[in-house]
Amino acid sequence: MARPADYRLPLHRRRKLINSIGLVLSLAAMAFGLVWLIWILWDTLILGVQGINAATFTESTPPPNGEGGGLSNAIVGSLMMVLSATAVGTPIGILAGIYLAEYGQRTWLGNTTRFINDILLSAPSIVIGLFVYTIVVATTKTYSGYAGVIALTLIVIPVVVRTTENMLQLIPNSLREAAMALGSSKRVMIMQVTLKAATAGVVTGVLLALARIAGETAPLLFTALSNQFFSLDLSAPMANLPVTIFKFALSPFSNWQQMAWAGVFLITIGVLALNIAARVLFRHKD
Amino acid sequence: MSTLATTGLSSADIRPADVPALRPSGRLGDAVFANLTRLAAIVTLSLLVAIIVSLFIGAWPSIRHFGLPFLWTAEWDPVQEKFGGLVMIYGTVATSIIALLIAVPVSFGIAVFLTELSPKWLKRPLGTAIELLAAIPSIVYGMWGLLVFAPILAQYVQQPLQAVFGGVPIIGSLLSGAPVGIGILSAGIILAIMIIPFIAAVMRDVFEVTPALLKESAYGLGSTTWEVVSRVVLPYTKAGVVGGIMLGLGRALGETMAVTFVIGNFNQLDTLSLFQAANSITSALANEFAEATPGLHEASLIYLGLVLFFITLVVLSLSKLLLLQMRRSEGKET
Repeated sequence: MARPADYRLPLHRRRKLINSIGLVLSLAAMAFGLVWLIWILWDTLILGVQGINAATFTESTPPPNGEGGGLSNAIVGSLMMVLSATAVGTPIGILAGIYLAEYGQRTWLGNTTRFINDILLSAPSIVIGLFVYTIVVATTKTYSGYAGVIALTLIVIPVVVRTTENMLQLIPNSLREAAMALGSSKRVMIMQVTLKAATAGVVTGVLLALARIAGETAPLLFTALSNQFFSLDLSAPMANLPVTIFKFALSPFSNWQQMAWAGVFLITIGVLALNIAARVLFRHKD
Repeated sequence: MSTLATTGLSSADIRPADVPALRPSGRLGDAVFANLTRLAAIVTLSLLVAIIVSLFIGAWPSIRHFGLPFLWTAEWDPVQEKFGGLVMIYGTVATSIIALLIAVPVSFGIAVFLTELSPKWLKRPLGTAIELLAAIPSIVYGMWGLLVFAPILAQYVQQPLQAVFGGVPIIGSLLSGAPVGIGILSAGIILAIMIIPFIAAVMRDVFEVTPALLKESAYGLGSTTWEVVSRVVLPYTKAGVVGGIMLGLGRALGETMAVTFVIGNFNQLDTLSLFQAANSITSALANEFAEATPGLHEASLIYLGLVLFFITLVVLSLSKLLLLQMRRSEGKET
């Protein structure tokens, strides 16, 4: 007497085969993804370290085909613009995030803003640059650090709104009810209870926003432009790392290319450090 | 809203003087704060409108002059002031499609690996690694693509392919072009590497919301892992998966630096070769805008920007709606 499973054996074998093929492919996909990460980081590390020396931090960008020089003007310019943009964008983002999570959960304004904010989060950053060009650069008739700051601010806001709202939603309602029952007003409840409980999450969002704009190139191309010289004046064109890297990497001069690798190395390290810091901070809170 | 005000008592009346408590705030402070947050929300909301309006105004000279045929005219001649966006629009769409063709299966594999196969202790580090790949600024991908990847692609892929298929009519013309590894294909590959983490992260998240009960039932009936993924998890998360793909597409369409470095910035559409230097909307903007003369040239570039913004807006809205729909249906069934 044949066992009932026997006539199904070919089918069984085929299913097992398809299963193995599928799973091996998914393993391969995982490896494929990791290979790029390791490859890109490795090249950035090796070529970047070769390009870095003390002059990178003390001297300004050299003229074409010039010897020596560094990236100090670009580093300082980037820091100034990125920090100002974060300083301006964070309060607006947190306030809007509070509105979405605490006041406008089910209102028309809340739902629409949430939807639009998620679209802005992924909107092409070069279009943000175009927008700032038409409203700031075209009217003031000059490229300026301020225009760059505004463009970066517009990228910070959606990131901070998103994380603030998400973090506030994680706070249990019983905390809100307890604060209200103690007689606090809604403002005090938010500022001293829910926002305070969500601090780690909100700071995470700000760090992620910093990391996001640190490497943004497209919105700076026609707002802050670039500057070959050291300048702290936000009302004039301002040097910054991403645009300098863009210019130097496409140039035929080996000195410039090497400096571009140094710049890419600095940005990558900075961005990865911010991301890891954000993760550690948030996990610590869990 | 006002809990104590209705009783006629202020919180200061109730609490003993020596117990520190929350500082009471008046109705005025409350109202000011509420409206401040509402204002911030309105600012965020009006950003989108402001972007569309300002781009439309900036592009108006070109819109009036060229009208809709701008979208299917291939000529781009700043000297004679004749502009058409077809070359750039083709470049943007073609690179994004190549990127999706590579990125979607790979992201799916990564998501399957992370949700079904990976040992528990590996899940977190691998997930983090993929997310870090998403955090690397696009200029790093672009520069790496130009200086490291393009020469390798030229030497080990393009030249052998050209040597083999060079004489074949149709395939040969798809592979023609200077052997430097720059063009539509390399831009598409670099874009794919960039969007894999975005799509994979969304897919992993939606796969994880599939109820364990459904999966266990399928396993209990004797399904293999692959059958559970393809016949239970995937149908259940269909909307979310498509939403994630659309999100990646939105990123790819609007990406600037990763494309600009490797696409070659060539404003003509002579062949459909994968290795032919071409142009995309974003790289045309990045390369030409700062030097464009005010007038028709600048307006035409802004017109291109408007077209790009419109396309990404539609794609991202669809993505968002699909992900919302997924969340809603999930809410119904639990």
